[in-house]
Amino acid sequence: MKVVIMGCGRVGAQLAGLLDTDGHSVTILDTDAYSFRRLPPTFSGTALIGNGLNEEVLKKAGIEEADAFVAVTQGDNRNVMASQIAKHIFNVPKVVCRIYDPLRQELYNTLGLETFSPTTIFAQMLREKLES
Amino acid sequence: MYIIVVGGGRLGYYLTKALLSEGHEVLIVEKNATICQNINDELGSVCIRGDGCETATLAEIGTARADMFIAVTGDDEDNLVACQVAKHKFNVPRTTARVRNPQNETIFKKLGIDVTVSSTNLILESIKEEVPTHPLTHLLTIRDKGLEIVEVKIPPDATTIGKPVKELSLPPGSRLALIIPKERKPRVPTSDTILRDGDRVIAVTTPESEEALRAVLRGT
Repeated sequence: MKVVIMGCGRVGAQLAGLLDTDGHSVTILDTDAYSFRRLPPTFSGTALIGNGLNEEVLKKAGIEEADAFVAVTQGDNRNVMASQIAKHIFNVPKVVCRIYDPLRQELYNTLGLETFSPTTIFAQMLREKLES
Repeated sequence: MYIIVVGGGRLGYYLTKALLSEGHEVLIVEKNATICQNINDELGSVCIRGDGCETATLAEIGTARADMFIAVTGDDEDNLVACQVAKHKFNVPRTTARVRNPQNETIFKKLGIDVTVSSTNLILESIKEEVPTHPLTHLLTIRDKGLEIVEVKIPPDATTIGKPVKELSLPPGSRLALIIPKERKPRVPTSDTILRDGDRVIAVTTPESEEALRAVLRGT
């Protein structure tokens, strides 16, 4: 499967490494070349400098042939906008978007975007840890 | 009308000032405390500190009863999300987003924003039209009908000078509305009206036919 990941932070880099090991074709985007240091040395995919909100950059990253798009930058709104571009403009079959703000996550989920909120997930995990 | 403005920068500030003077009820949402304070000192209590993309903030300021929601922060993605939250969570009838990157205008439209205003495009247009040789000036856009009203100046080297209007093959959807000659009075053109050097032609056209209309009028 061909995957485009936007944001090469800890999560993005680690996900890129995992998918790459599994044999998928991965392109990872970040506006700062320095972020690519987080990629594992064995990473055989493509690392591309550019803003994932820009259609040209997305095309260069191969979004038109991509099977999946993942938005994991630090900005909730950036993730939301990029995911909507991937889903509604480029018709990528699988789009996953990280949204820290639980309320915004809920809203975009009802609007048909596949979203997850690390805030909600982590709070629940911590509760389980503490109550068990 | 109750109008919510997101972003208290220069644009948000002057917009609010203008809307207030027209007698509207206006509220600005601004993240930065200092900016917020300055606006409140100058315009009265019209600014609340908060994130205009956050559902909680928007609920608190009564977004559900807003007639209009305008997002004018400096970040396109923030404007998009603020408008989408207002529209889908609070059913605001009219959402307007400022777009800085002109490319985003079509994207925003596709994603359901009612009105987009591209500040970059507007500035570009105005500057371009100030160049004396600029062949076509946009006077007005009628968005919902996909029409625009433009002005084309007939330059001295136009091959159409001396020809009657009926000999021009105007592109589809284009119509000449008025001709303003250099010296005489403006007149509504008939099929026999002759084009002259320096005439300013006011025409109704569509964005697609604009280029063709310019070419037909100037004979290039």
